Amino acid sequence: MPVLWLRVALGCYAVGLIYALVALTRTSDLLGRIVLHATYLGMVFHFVSLMEAVVLSGHIAQASVHNPESLLAFLIMTVFMIVYLVYKTTSPGIIVFPVVFLLTFVAATGQQPFLLMSSEYKKGWLAAHIGLILTGYAALIVSFGSSLLYLVQEHSLKAKRPGGVLSRLPALEVIDDIGYRSLLFGFPFMTFGLIAGTIVAQAAYGRVNFLDPKIFLSILMWAVYLVMVFTRWNSGWRGRRAAYLATCAFVAAVVAWAANYFSTIHRFVQS
Amino acid sequence: MNLRLIGVNHKSAPVEVRERLAIPESHLPDALKQLAQHPGIEEGMILCTCNRVELLTNVKNGTADLRGFLRDFFHVDAAQLEPHLYEYREQDAVRHVFRVTSSLDSMVVGEPQILGQVKEAYATARAVGAVHSQLDQLLTRAFAVAKRVRTETAVGSSAVSVASVAVELAKKIFGSLNGKHVYLVGAGKMSELAARHLMAHGAASIFVANRTYDRAIRLAQKFDGQAIEFSRLYDTCDRGDIVITSTGSPKAIFRKEHGELFLSRRKNRPMFFIDIAVPRDVDPEMNKLDGIFVYDIDDLQQAVASHVADRKKEAERAEAIVNTEVERFHQRLQTLDVVPTIVSLQEHLETIRQAEIDRVRGRLGPITPEQEMAIETLTRGIVNKIMHTPISTLKTAAREAEATTIVDTVRRLFNLQEKKAAKSGSDSGAQN
Repeated sequence: MPVLWLRVALGCYAVGLIYALVALTRTSDLLGRIVLHATYLGMVFHFVSLMEAVVLSGHIAQASVHNPESLLAFLIMTVFMIVYLVYKTTSPGIIVFPVVFLLTFVAATGQQPFLLMSSEYKKGWLAAHIGLILTGYAALIVSFGSSLLYLVQEHSLKAKRPGGVLSRLPALEVIDDIGYRSLLFGFPFMTFGLIAGTIVAQAAYGRVNFLDPKIFLSILMWAVYLVMVFTRWNSGWRGRRAAYLATCAFVAAVVAWAANYFSTIHRFVQS
Repeated sequence: MNLRLIGVNHKSAPVEVRERLAIPESHLPDALKQLAQHPGIEEGMILCTCNRVELLTNVKNGTADLRGFLRDFFHVDAAQLEPHLYEYREQDAVRHVFRVTSSLDSMVVGEPQILGQVKEAYATARAVGAVHSQLDQLLTRAFAVAKRVRTETAVGSSAVSVASVAVELAKKIFGSLNGKHVYLVGAGKMSELAARHLMAHGAASIFVANRTYDRAIRLAQKFDGQAIEFSRLYDTCDRGDIVITSTGSPKAIFRKEHGELFLSRRKNRPMFFIDIAVPRDVDPEMNKLDGIFVYDIDDLQQAVASHVADRKKEAERAEAIVNTEVERFHQRLQTLDVVPTIVSLQEHLETIRQAEIDRVRGRLGPITPEQEMAIETLTRGIVNKIMHTPISTLKTAAREAEATTIVDTVRRLFNLQEKKAAKSGSDSGAQN
C-alpha cells in the first residue's frame, strides 16, 4: 500500500514537473495555482505513504532506511512549501519539482537496495541520523535551486532585457535571501546528522573507518557546505561564485548519496 | 445642458502661459464662487494641475463670456492668451472631460494622478455650490468611464517615464525598496525626479554629492537627506544601494576598480547604478562585475520605448471606450431633455380630460358605476391615442440633432408652460 499512495503522489508531482518545463518558455498564473494545489495533494498522499511504511515496518528508522528517496522528496517539498509561505513564490519549483519527481519516481518504482537492519543498532540515533541528514539535503537542494535562479535573473538584468521569459522571477535579493536562509537552515541539520551517524557507526562497528567512501564523501560534502556558509557569512559571496560553490556542494551530496551503493558499512547488511 | 469648456494644457501652452493661469489651492473656492456668479453661468468647475487649467461650465442659453472671465480673473492680455486656448462645446466637451479623467490627455498617458485631481476639483466645486445637477451627472459618468478604461485596458499598467522605469528595475534587483539608500551624484533635475520616485516607493534615505556643495545641501534638504562633499565621493558612495549619476564630467567618474572597492566594502551586496549623464559617468565595464548593475540613459529609454509601444495600443482601445461612452451619455442627456415636455404634455391632456368629464357629468344625470367606468376608459383611450404619436416622435427626436426644434414646436402647439418637471418624476414619466 505505501507504494500505491506514493504513486498517486507521483502523479500529483508530475503536474509540478510540467509546470517546471512550461516555466522555461512562458509564465502562467493559472498553472501556478494548479501546481500549488496538485503538490499540496501530492504531499498529503506522500505523507500517508510514509506513515504507512512506519506502521508496517514498526519503526521510523526501519521505514526511512527502507526508502530514503521518498523521505528526502517529502522533506524537499516541505522546504519548498515553507519558502512559498514566506516569499509567495513558486519559482524555485523550476528546479525543485524535477528533483522531487525524480526522487519520488525512483522510490515508487525502483528496487530497494537497502536491506533491513537487525535490531541491535541504536534505532533512535539511526532515525535521527536519517531525518537530520535528509532535511539537510532538502535545504541544500532548495539553496542550490535558488543559486541557479539567481544566475538566470542576474544574467537577464545584466543583459538589459528585463521583462524577458523569466520576468516573473522574484527580485534578485529575494532569491538570494531564499538561498542563504535555506543554506543556514540546512547546516545544523547536516552537522548533527553526521554526528548521529558517527554514533550509530561506532555502536555498530566499534570504530569509524574514515576511508570508507561513504564516510569520506560525507565529510567532504560537509566541508564544502561549511566553506559555503563561511564565505557567504564572511564576505557575502553570492552570484556566480556562490553558485559554483553550491554546485560543488550539490555534486558532493549526490556523490555521497550514491556512495550508499558502494559503502560496506552504510548498507546495514549483516555480513 | 449647454456645456462649454475652455482651457490650456501642456500641448497648447508653454509653461510660462500655464503658470500665469495657475490658481493656488487656497484661492480655488473664491475663484469658483466668482465663476458661478459670472453672468450666464449656471454651473462651473475649475481643474488646475501643473499640466492644465480648464474651466468646465454649464451655461444658460449658450451665452457666457468665459474668455472675459479668464481675462478679468487673471488680469492677462486676451491677445496673448488666445493662441493657446482651446474651447469645446457640448459633445466635444463631454469627450474632452472623459479623456482627461481617463488620463488619455495626460503628458504621460495612463498616469494615475489625474483622476484624483479631477475628483478633488469636483469636490471643491461641489463644496462651494458651484456644481449641482447637470455637471454632477457628467462628472459621475466621467469617473465611471475612467474606471472602465483602467480595468478594461492596460493603459495605466506599465511604467512609462525614465524615473518609473528606474524604480521598476530597482525593484527587480532589491525586491522592496524599503530601507534602501539612494545616492545622488550631481544635483540635476532628472536625478531629482528619479530620487523622488524612489523615495515615494519606500527608499529610506538619500545622500547628495555635488561639485557645488551648496546645491548638494539645497537638494538634500528637500528630501531630508545628507549632503556630501564631492571629495569624499569614493569614501561614501558604497553607502548607496542605488546610485544616480548626472554630472557634467567629460570622463567616467566610476571605473571598474571603484566598483570592486565598493563591493568589498559592502560585502558584495548588489549595487544599482543609474547613469543619466551624457557623456556617461559610469564606465560600462562596471556592469561586468558580479553584483553591480549599470543602466545608462539609453538602456533606460529602451525600456521606456518598449512600454510606450504597448501603451499606444492600449490607448487606442481606451479611446474607443471613451467614444462609445460619449455617445451613450449624449443619448441619455437628450432623452432627459425631452422628458419634461412629455410630462407636461401628459399633464396638460389629463387636465383637459378631467375638466371635460366634470363639465358633462351634471348633464348626464345619475349613472351606474359601469357607465362611469366606460366613460373613463373611453376618454383615456382617446387621450392616449392622441398622445402616442407626439410622444414617440419626441423620444425618437431626442436621439437626433433637431430635438430642440421639435420640443419647441410641441410646446407651442399645445401651449405648454415653461416649467421644468422634477427629474425624479420625469424619469418615470418617460417610461409611459
